[in-house]
Amino acid sequence: MTVSELSAKCGFETVCVPDNKRQVSGAYIGDLLSWVMGRASADNAWITIMSNINVIAVAALTDVACVILAEDVCLDDEIVNTAKSKGVNVLKSSLSAYETAILLTDKI
Amino acid sequence: MSEPLIFHFDINGDDFSTAGQASVQIKKNLRQLGLSPEIIRRVSIAMYEGEINMVIHAHGGTADVKVFENYIEIILADNGPGIKDIDLAMKEGYSTASDTTRSLGFGAGMGLPNMKRYTDDIKIDSILDVGTVVTMRINIS
Repeated sequence: MTVSELSAKCGFETVCVPDNKRQVSGAYIGDLLSWVMGRASADNAWITIMSNINVIAVAALTDVACVILAEDVCLDDEIVNTAKSKGVNVLKSSLSAYETAILLTDKI
Repeated sequence: MSEPLIFHFDINGDDFSTAGQASVQIKKNLRQLGLSPEIIRRVSIAMYEGEINMVIHAHGGTADVKVFENYIEIILADNGPGIKDIDLAMKEGYSTASDTTRSLGFGAGMGLPNMKRYTDDIKIDSILDVGTVVTMRINIS
């Protein structure tokens, strides 16, 4: 399933999806960036409440399919622009990380 | 053996917002060389952790990435305070990072362990009050 399809099915808000054909497989929840880099797999959906610029670098380097910001966390415009330029897909969920992960069950 | 391709980067210290630029750039360079996504991922993450460490602890430093035919070598060098106890620093969860660093999502004590996890070989030379050189190797085949 692509990031765009997943977003539509789960009712997430699209923050930016510069790579809309990207396939998603599995998910990882985490806010400690090194922990995410050590444990998340390529093509995962990464659910986090962190919103600083380093999230974009970690997402790009870890090769996750998308970042899903839980709890309605917002990114500054400058960070969104960086995500777009680095091809990092970012979605947003009003739910908690746990509830967001439940929505993903059986879809990816 | 043919000469390696060498990429050199200066890592700006004390600036978390620009940390990762060298790693993102090396990712692009390795992609252009046609290396596999998994190798690129391992090199990028190991290097990013090194970059972050240099920003957190050493006011920056340098990174050199050498691409040989069968392996990639990453050499990270800084003039920071050095690592007092390397075995302890290699332990998952051990960190001397500040609260500010932690609030940004770093300082989980996973930096060096991740560098070890994603590389085939890692060597750390550190002298207190002089600096640290981390040499990592990732086999390509």
